[in-house]
Amino acid sequence: MSRPRSTTEGRLTQIVLIVLALAFLGVFLLLPLIVVFSEALKQGLGPFLDAVHTPDALAAIKLTLLIAAISVPLNMVFGVAASWAITKFHFPGKSLLITLIDLPFSVSPVVSGLIFVLLFGAQGWFGPWLAAHDLKIIFAVPGIVLATVFITFPFVARELIPLMMEQGKDDEEAAVSLGANGWQVFRHVTLPNIRWGLLYGVLLCNARAMGEFGAVSVVSGHIRGLTNTMPLHVEILYNEYDFVGAFAVASLLALLALVTLVAKTILEWRFDLHHTGAGH
Amino acid sequence: MINRRLFLSAAAAMAMTVSACSGGAGGNGNGIVLTNVSYDPTRELYQAINPAFATYWKQKTGKDVTFRMSHGGSGKQGRAIIDGLEADVATLALAYDIDQIAARAKLLPADWQKALPDNSSPYTSTIVFLVRKGNPKGIKDWNDLVRPGVQVITPNPKTGGGARWNFLAAWAYGRKAGGSDAAAEDYVRKLFANVPVLDSGARGATTTFVERGIGDVLLTWENEALLAEKEMGKGKFQIVTPSLSILAEPAVAVVTENAKKHGTQDAADAYLRYLYTPEAQTAIAHAFYRPRDAKVAEQFRSQFPAIPMVTIDKDFGGWGAAQKRFFDDGGVFDRITAKK
Repeated sequence: MSRPRSTTEGRLTQIVLIVLALAFLGVFLLLPLIVVFSEALKQGLGPFLDAVHTPDALAAIKLTLLIAAISVPLNMVFGVAASWAITKFHFPGKSLLITLIDLPFSVSPVVSGLIFVLLFGAQGWFGPWLAAHDLKIIFAVPGIVLATVFITFPFVARELIPLMMEQGKDDEEAAVSLGANGWQVFRHVTLPNIRWGLLYGVLLCNARAMGEFGAVSVVSGHIRGLTNTMPLHVEILYNEYDFVGAFAVASLLALLALVTLVAKTILEWRFDLHHTGAGH
Repeated sequence: MINRRLFLSAAAAMAMTVSACSGGAGGNGNGIVLTNVSYDPTRELYQAINPAFATYWKQKTGKDVTFRMSHGGSGKQGRAIIDGLEADVATLALAYDIDQIAARAKLLPADWQKALPDNSSPYTSTIVFLVRKGNPKGIKDWNDLVRPGVQVITPNPKTGGGARWNFLAAWAYGRKAGGSDAAAEDYVRKLFANVPVLDSGARGATTTFVERGIGDVLLTWENEALLAEKEMGKGKFQIVTPSLSILAEPAVAVVTENAKKHGTQDAADAYLRYLYTPEAQTAIAHAFYRPRDAKVAEQFRSQFPAIPMVTIDKDFGGWGAAQKRFFDDGGVFDRITAKK
């Protein structure tokens, strides 16, 4: 009669683990989220809307969306290209490429930002050349895009590489043997196979692109209404003792994250469905 | 083909965002834009000064001027200008940070401090103590800060401008009380042994003390202390004026090479000269900085008690010497924190 006993023990462990996980989630995730929204709406909806409606806040929101709109497609293209190359071909330096893709995850964002200052700053390697041609990278939008692209580099590729490895290259080889050219193979075979994984990677990439603070802070110059992104604007408002304003902008950021999370959950669900449907 | 439709609509949404942004960011109109790169505690000051100068400039020349402000730790902001942040004017916490811009990036002449009255320092401040209501630890002067059990909040002098003024004020007291440099070093060593958090800038230290409730006494700019007292409501904090402090002279300068490039020289110069007018000096006093103008200073006498003050030039041989001796790598600050 040892079986039922072990199940009850198992159930107890289950309950403890579930309670622990939920409590942890509540304290470290849910509570801060509630604080952000309650602080933002502390003085009612009016001050909240006023805070979001200032020219500086609007400029920060626009800039953040612009940065995401540039860096996410770039990394989408790069991510697909890199995972395609890694999973479908054999070539020297392949493992080095995989390691390099992970580099932005392991380097501190501050260092990532400084790299670009050292490269493109006025005293940096390319600084004099850029100044001579009147090109501005650091403390302007291009610098912020560069830093964001660097930071969000791995998301799409990391999502696609395991998926494409698992799928192998049988489908593509079959298509080629039936006379498809490279682009046709990609459009009609590979892309449909990876679409949900790709979209999932793009969402994660987008969330990080909008939320990045450290690297962007180094290259931004913090000029209000010009090079201030939403996360940087939150810090500025907080330092000005404008807590309602700071939390209002923070809650917008959190809202964007929540939308991403919901989209992600829906995608995961579709992804699973697709997977089982396809017989994996 | 759900995916294609999804991608197309996503692409369309992104294109719309891009066009919306490029439409919004451009609008300079026919006026000029001045970029003022400043240090942390001047936010409220320039929020008051900028619109007043815009009105003044419009009346005088008929031209519009708008402002771009950037705030941060003084050393960090100076570094950003050196690295290419295109400031028309630099309004930093200490002359040394502007000296660095002149020396390293050659963006303004080395004798920039002669360009404007009073060493190019239109407002001054000093270092005071901010304590919690009722002064529970009974802090009256510098010697109370080294008592065991007193927690002192001051930012890191390696990165913050205000922090360096704090350090030098403490040093001046230590030297006066002990009569020697060795006594001064002993005093600041004991003082920094009582510092639980070294923030990177003055505003960060204020937030640590005021918002997070850490520490018994905050060493800070007089303007920052008065602002914290006002913003957080009278009665939560009180200011303690020490027996000796230091005359802090924040410095302003036109970053001439950048201004030339932008064609903003006249406006930038007029903007900094405007800081010396009685209107601006009054706004300066309202923002809790000590005005240079004697008449305005007289009006605000109750706000700014007379304190015996040492100065950087007379007592420390200027910023170049002070920086090298106290804050550069291997200097006094490194020595006293290493032995902690």
